[in-house]
Amino acid sequence: MNATTTRVTSRDAARLTPAPPPGLLEDSPVFPIAAKRELANSQLRNNLARATETIRTKRAIRVAEVPRWEDLRTAAEAIKNATLRHLDDYLLQAEANLIKAGAHVHWARDAAQADQIVVDLVKASGVDEIVKVKSMVTQEIEMNEALEAAGVAAWETDLAELIVQLGHDRPSHVLVPAIHRNRAEIRDIFVEEMGRYGTPAPDGLTDDPAELTAAARQHLRDKFLRARTSTSGGNFLVADTGTLVVVESEGNGRMCVTLPDTLISVVGIEKVVPTFEDLEVFMQLLPRSSTGERMNPYTSMWTGVTPGDGPQNVHVVLVDNGRTKALADPIGRQALRCIRCSACMNVCPIYGHVGGHAYGSVYPGPIGIILTPQLRGMSAPVDRSLPYASTLCGACVDVCPVKINFPEVIVHLRHKAADLKKADRRPHMETLVMGVVGWLFGRESRYTWVTTASGLVGRVLKAGLDGRQKFFGWLPWPATRWSQARDLPIPASQPFRRQWKKRSSSPGRTPEGLSSHDRDTEVRP
Amino acid sequence: MNQPGKGMRVGLFATCVNDIMFPSAPKAVATILERLGCEVIFPTAQTCCGQMFTNTGYFSAGLATVRTYVEAFDGFDYVVSPSASCIGSVREQHPMLAEQGTGSTHASRHDRALLQRARRLAERSYDLSEFLIDILGVVDVGAVFPHKVTYHPTCHSLRVAHVGDRPLRLLRAVRGLQLIDLPDAYTCCGFGGTFCVKNPDVSVAMASAKAHNIIATGADYVVAGDNACLMNFGGLLHRDRASVKPIHLAEILAESRTS
Ligand code: SF4
Repeated sequence: MNATTTRVTSRDAARLTPAPPPGLLEDSPVFPIAAKRELANSQLRNNLARATETIRTKRAIRVAEVPRWEDLRTAAEAIKNATLRHLDDYLLQAEANLIKAGAHVHWARDAAQADQIVVDLVKASGVDEIVKVKSMVTQEIEMNEALEAAGVAAWETDLAELIVQLGHDRPSHVLVPAIHRNRAEIRDIFVEEMGRYGTPAPDGLTDDPAELTAAARQHLRDKFLRARTSTSGGNFLVADTGTLVVVESEGNGRMCVTLPDTLISVVGIEKVVPTFEDLEVFMQLLPRSSTGERMNPYTSMWTGVTPGDGPQNVHVVLVDNGRTKALADPIGRQALRCIRCSACMNVCPIYGHVGGHAYGSVYPGPIGIILTPQLRGMSAPVDRSLPYASTLCGACVDVCPVKINFPEVIVHLRHKAADLKKADRRPHMETLVMGVVGWLFGRESRYTWVTTASGLVGRVLKAGLDGRQKFFGWLPWPATRWSQARDLPIPASQPFRRQWKKRSSSPGRTPEGLSSHDRDTEVRP
Repeated sequence: MNQPGKGMRVGLFATCVNDIMFPSAPKAVATILERLGCEVIFPTAQTCCGQMFTNTGYFSAGLATVRTYVEAFDGFDYVVSPSASCIGSVREQHPMLAEQGTGSTHASRHDRALLQRARRLAERSYDLSEFLIDILGVVDVGAVFPHKVTYHPTCHSLRVAHVGDRPLRLLRAVRGLQLIDLPDAYTCCGFGGTFCVKNPDVSVAMASAKAHNIIATGADYVVAGDNACLMNFGGLLHRDRASVKPIHLAEILAESRTS
């Protein structure tokens, strides 16, 4: 694979934890290629269709119950905007209050720095394994692999993350990382892998959800009881109190943030909210948007150290990793309002067809295509392809609880990608076509060359002469991208402007003076 | 029939797709509006709304079409188009593009004037369904269309131009027309402008799902307010020899016993 990867990729015994797929996400194939690969997997499409449909329906019901939902969204947007505008102040305030409450605060410019801080803290706590609360930012910085390389086993404790980890896999969804797996696959993974990394799956395990959950609980029990150090992310960091908030469904997170002595929380700098009262808004929006629940089962909040209760050694690692770069972009910065509810991917028709692995990004779906190219930059081909993974249908705009204007950011990032292509030495088909067509369509005099030519094609191929539309069933490359599955109407033999001109010069000027319509009105056998 | 459009001069924005491929849609718009008393004019300076350039990231080509649009329609009180998507682009993107044009330090007075004109013109630009209901105050245009029809609400008509249920209200008033609900109607058909060729496999998968739902209705016609979307799943329906035919909303509304 990629020579720059230092990761141990084989499933050999030298590893402490199951190896994820080889290679770096940034080296993933561009979206159209990866999407094609995923589309071929009909099992995946079925799993996804069923899961996203269920979650969409639940969300819609729970949202409809809230009479002032739109006001809540507006409030959330306003709070996040105001916070981001003064992010430096709020971060310093959060740091001061965390320290006052007995926590240690660390700042990380990028993933490598964040990983180094975590590795050092874990080592200093004197352990060779940790338990983890599900967290997106630790996926983003690939913390598990950094710990593995340092001889520390990081165990995922969220059920879906455990399925992903044991399956030598990557998450494909922000909230339901194993959404691409069905029960039978999960059973096979448990039977095959659990024994290698701890308590094995019970004999005769079936794919009954209750049995699978029990097996996971059994497998995790020793790990929880042994754990002296844990890591978490953070859904919110309250600046005026220094309180960290983790929202979850299973209770595993609660175990991780209470049982060990040392708790290391890795938090993106955009997670800060100014006051405790602000949580009121987000705690109403988040569960309903993400799992379609009125309230999530477990919300853990902690403010530094409580003497004699819970972890006594509390660390918070504040991670930038591209966020200040995004913040500097007046249009792009709205992506930092995201609270990772996953509603946008659940309604996205593209995500629904291809799933999360097609994106080559920890964050898939609509938020992924606007956030990842900003965090990672657009030097990798996959990052330049992500903003184009959208039809601009806007379904995500309707559901996002922090009202991100996805099309606006997408078009803005495409503009950047196009400028990069133009600056490239290598000629691009797209740049060429857009340049020529743009030149033709930019002035009436040149545009009429196009309609004259298209009309000529129509007349030669006798399109619409008998009142019917005719179609091309085959087109030469690169138009095969259209015609592989779709016919294309042959251009009208009389473009509209020509019909209009004739009409204008004919007496009476009735609309009926226009030629009979070109629409296909034939009745096929 | 009463003529609420009497004395109104309307600029017809055909859009490039209709001009070149589907002239029957703008023709139908002219038929309907003239029947309602409007004076309809097609200014030939018009080319295209430019969204295929803008949405692909080529803003300077997009800006050139803002100029052709403003040149063509500046003198009109109303601009009407058989494409909510292109009208959406005029409203949302033209001011943005014109503003980018003024952003440079050598922005001329001419550029700043363009921004003003583009903004004001955006407010006077309407999708056909909006113009009929909001400006002319007509829901029943006197159309007759005795067929089974299913309606696909296009994404841009809903979420950019915000036409809401206006097309459905117009369709419900058509004599003889039997409207059948389209399952999963609000899901995108996968056209997406250059998306359909930049991501052909995903586009076709989405169009197939749409075509499947259309066929399941058993309708004779699938109607939409935008020929680009109709061309997308219509091309798939044609390839698959499905009997259901794509038709533009304007063409149904133009059908009357008298014509
Ligand atoms: S972008 Fe909006 S909808 Fe998507 S995950 Fe973030 S908050 Fe949720």
